[in-house]
Amino acid sequence: MIPFAFEKRALTRRALLGSAALGGAALVSAPALADMVDLPFSGGGGERATTTSFPQKGKMIVQRTRPPLLETPWDTFDKGVFTPNDQFYVRWHWAGIPESVDVNTFRLKVHGNVERELSLSLPELIQKLPRVEMAAINQCSGNSRGFFGPRVPGAEWGNGAMGNAKWTGFRLKDLLDRAGVKSGSIQVRFAGLEKPVIEGGPHFMKSLTIDHARDGEVMVAYAMNGEALPFLNGFPLRLIVPGWYATYWMKMLTDIDVLDKPDENFWTKKAYLIPDTPGANITPGEKDVKMVPINRMVPRSFFTNVAPGDSIKTSGPTDLRGIAFGGDCGVAKVETSIDGGASWQAAELGPDDGKYGFRRWDAKISSPAAGSRLSVQVRCTNTNGLVQPDKPNWNPSGFMRNVIETVDLVAA
Amino acid sequence: MQRFAQTFGVLLAVAVLGGSATAKDVPELKSESFELPTGDRMFTGAGADPVNNNCLTCHSAGMVLVQPKLSKTTWEGIVKKMINVYKAPVPDSDVAGIVDYLSNGPTGGK
Repeated sequence: MIPFAFEKRALTRRALLGSAALGGAALVSAPALADMVDLPFSGGGGERATTTSFPQKGKMIVQRTRPPLLETPWDTFDKGVFTPNDQFYVRWHWAGIPESVDVNTFRLKVHGNVERELSLSLPELIQKLPRVEMAAINQCSGNSRGFFGPRVPGAEWGNGAMGNAKWTGFRLKDLLDRAGVKSGSIQVRFAGLEKPVIEGGPHFMKSLTIDHARDGEVMVAYAMNGEALPFLNGFPLRLIVPGWYATYWMKMLTDIDVLDKPDENFWTKKAYLIPDTPGANITPGEKDVKMVPINRMVPRSFFTNVAPGDSIKTSGPTDLRGIAFGGDCGVAKVETSIDGGASWQAAELGPDDGKYGFRRWDAKISSPAAGSRLSVQVRCTNTNGLVQPDKPNWNPSGFMRNVIETVDLVAA
Repeated sequence: MQRFAQTFGVLLAVAVLGGSATAKDVPELKSESFELPTGDRMFTGAGADPVNNNCLTCHSAGMVLVQPKLSKTTWEGIVKKMINVYKAPVPDSDVAGIVDYLSNGPTGGK
């Protein structure tokens, strides 16, 4: 694999700082320097090891070993709009991840406020329900949390807690119709095979409203980019909630409960809450803010072929490229700026593989004077007219970052 | 570190009823079993014992050690959440020591 720019800088920085950079020495097990990346957080602290030791996974950035939080290395996003399964990020809440799944005995149950309880095998689900396919981005609510200022606790992700895949499966609506949703149903609650490791700990479950669950877009996937889902991405079945944050995309989905009362479980009622303000943005320390469950994603765009501090040539134009997404709708336009956002130029958009997926963009910047410094920016406007903000949002959980990305380059 | 075993497989790529989809659209789903890496890193230095004795039951140390500098109040909140929400069975006598280590040790706000 070609060394990635961040890694090269991490090496340089480590070499300069020497072993003192390991801080507390013995606290950090000592992976080879070549296996480190340095996520470019303001104020540092972004050094992370990479590993290939997780099943069905290639090189991943380790945010936590158990239960695993594995980040997609940034160079992956420059290779195409579909994130390979073996580098798709991984995020689990409890360490009670089953060590095996038997496809012969696995069942998906539908129960609660329904006419007919269902318990269907994988072959039944695959054969009986109409097959659908959709490209959709799965993004952690806290993707990019490490860039928050002031910093907040949690998984200190860079930008790689997201991925785009082509999902194959069936509509949740078709499954619910088979069960016959009774009147008075208000929510549908999802649970997977993940279990708490502490007795009495809250089993991870999430709910959608009945109308959302039956919108014909929410689906259950048994394939991801044409292959079975990797174990750590939710084999054998995963809920796909296009345009919504990943917390709703239940992995190893095995239980669907149609509710006629509001879901009071911890993960739905008290976790993953955001301020009910535009962009989930509040001032640090602000009190008495109304909180609501996180929901629709917002537009983002990224550079994938340049990183902070990179040099660009002074002869001829420089190609810039990256990925963008609209969030809960498609991409209307992507623009770049080289003057700190005073003026913007439209980028060229790549093929549209579906409104919920990544969209490639390409732009050129003309040759700058030698020695000049450029703050290059990229912003996405979605088809609902929402544009990325020029100031970062802040909330105490580090959710929904989508500020315009800026990369400082030097012409040399 | 890891064991990768594939047990009895079942071919699910069977004929599809209706529609234009073909068998190749559905991959073979095989029973899978894995052993996940667990992480062997420990908290070290003065006062680390209560942290190692309690916190590592549910999660490895790595994410704790890369937290930004957090105040004692914030660490207290996190430890209480582990106990009250996630039901971590932490003896009362260990709570102060855990908070002290997290707020003064390598993860501390200073």
